[in-house]
Amino acid sequence: MKTLFADKTRALFAVLGSLLILFIAWPLLRTVTSSSPAVLWQTLLDEEVRDSIGLTFYASLVATGIAFVCGVPLAYLLARADFPGKWLVEGIIDVPIVVPHSAAGIALLMVLGRRTLLGQAFGLFGLKFVSAAPGIVAAMLFVSLSFLVNAAREGFEAVDPRLERVARTLGASPWRAFWRVSFPLAWRSILSGIILMWARGLSEFGAVVILAYHPMVAPVLLYERFESFGLRYSRPVATLMILICLATFAALRLTAHSSPPRSGGFGDN
Amino acid sequence: MRDCGSVQVRNLWVDLDEFHLRQIDLDVAAGEYFVVLGPTGAGKTVLLETIAGLHQPRKGCILLDGRDVTNVPPERRGIGFVYQDYMLFPHLGVAGNIAFGLKLRRMDRNAIEECMTGISHLLAIDHLLHRRPGTLSGGEQQRVALARALVVEPQLLLLDEPLSALDPGMREGLQRELARLHRELSTTTVHVTHDFEEAVALGDRIAVVNEGRIVQVGSPEEIFRKPDSEFVARFVGVRNIFRGEIRPGEDGYQVLHLDGVEIAVVTNLVGPAHGSIRPEEIVISREPLRSSARNSFRGRIVNIADRGTFVYVTVRIPPDFTCIITRRSLEEMELREGLEVYVSFKASAVHIF
Repeated sequence: MKTLFADKTRALFAVLGSLLILFIAWPLLRTVTSSSPAVLWQTLLDEEVRDSIGLTFYASLVATGIAFVCGVPLAYLLARADFPGKWLVEGIIDVPIVVPHSAAGIALLMVLGRRTLLGQAFGLFGLKFVSAAPGIVAAMLFVSLSFLVNAAREGFEAVDPRLERVARTLGASPWRAFWRVSFPLAWRSILSGIILMWARGLSEFGAVVILAYHPMVAPVLLYERFESFGLRYSRPVATLMILICLATFAALRLTAHSSPPRSGGFGDN
Repeated sequence: MRDCGSVQVRNLWVDLDEFHLRQIDLDVAAGEYFVVLGPTGAGKTVLLETIAGLHQPRKGCILLDGRDVTNVPPERRGIGFVYQDYMLFPHLGVAGNIAFGLKLRRMDRNAIEECMTGISHLLAIDHLLHRRPGTLSGGEQQRVALARALVVEPQLLLLDEPLSALDPGMREGLQRELARLHRELSTTTVHVTHDFEEAVALGDRIAVVNEGRIVQVGSPEEIFRKPDSEFVARFVGVRNIFRGEIRPGEDGYQVLHLDGVEIAVVTNLVGPAHGSIRPEEIVISREPLRSSARNSFRGRIVNIADRGTFVYVTVRIPPDFTCIITRRSLEEMELREGLEVYVSFKASAVHIF
């Protein structure tokens, strides 16, 4: 009974579902096909466009790196340990998903702005957030870390704790048991979280635009072109971004799926 | 020869989620095969994991070879652990699993190779080394898990229901394998099970646990001949268990020799073994029976235990056979202690293990 149109109910569900798929695919397809390859090539030669795309990728990568270093250990703790206030920590991790991203930008500005304590402290090391790349990283990190932490937590939860226990009896310290057993077994979930978070960071507009309008990340550039020159001029930039993001996303998903097999859990095929 | 250690557990209390161990005291001698027997949920796994150092006890202490290891982390205790469901590392091949502990010890490649060859030969898993754990049968996986635990030469081997996940045929094979390994390596072993026959077949001594407490410790004989509580009696059941030697017999039967009695049995085992007969399989009669039962012995009733509708009658051949009959049969046959009777049972009623 795996047939799509096995009965009327399924047929109805299929129709309803395809409306959504069409709703996503149609505008994307329309945008992608609206600009000729020549125009796209020209857009790619535009230094401003290239710089902003480069900056977007780079900033999102740095944000994902920070989330990896601090978020994977956190995810492991959430999967393995019980502690008072765990529910609160889990809630905090999910908050960025539910707050409006422009509000997140304002909130970050309140602590990382030029005149704030933190802003000044970082200033001593020559690190400024407002209208600077670190601000973009901070904004991306804030709004997308939930994806990585949650995916990694699910990955660790799928690893039987007794595998770690066996590793311990075989002579592994907790540190080595983590690196030799839990991490490799959760790797596929973590990788899938990395991809999701990175892609989410690439597309961030709301929080970034408040912290750093300049230097412009691609979504901000797109917005600016639309505001200043209208649909006609913003379209090729949009097309280019959609294509690049789709291509990277597809490539990463493929690599993630061809990584070595592991047992159970999130992202398994 | 490897060193093997004794284990002492002193007044151990553990609280872990819904499991509680209370006042556990155990003495396992060096080289002993010790079985912890108890129903599911009695806290047996928690006891093993606590001995391995995977849980911190609330109070009490654990001594390995006389050394207090209560606060020593598991990686420095030198204890091998095998779980019921193998717990092989799925991201490593069979060879990678076995070499796991050796690599942690930073042994060089040649030494690792040598240890691997030795242990895989001992467990007859040479041909599996290049496979992935997921492609192995349950019995093969458990052999690999044993190899992984034994290759680092632990002072103590802990087995958590190692046979329970296997199908009956494999279980018998692996059970004999465990006995053989223990004879060859004499590693002190603590084996947890809920299966009484497994416990009898393997254990030098048995500790019966229930609801987080040890209720009786003794040799297998003591446990089933003299259960010292209602729980042990019920859990173990009334059984006729004999230890003897199986020799080839005639007409396709084997013969279990014990205490001068020869019992015809059906098995393909030879050598030392146990046989058990359920009390309800034994027919008791005042005259010799002409029946299809291969085994018939004359003996004297030494005990009649009234259990309401049923009555347990113990007949000394020797050894003692306990049979179960209805109160009505008892009255009809006018059985009483001291009376000479015949007991008969089929060769196929004897379970050999």
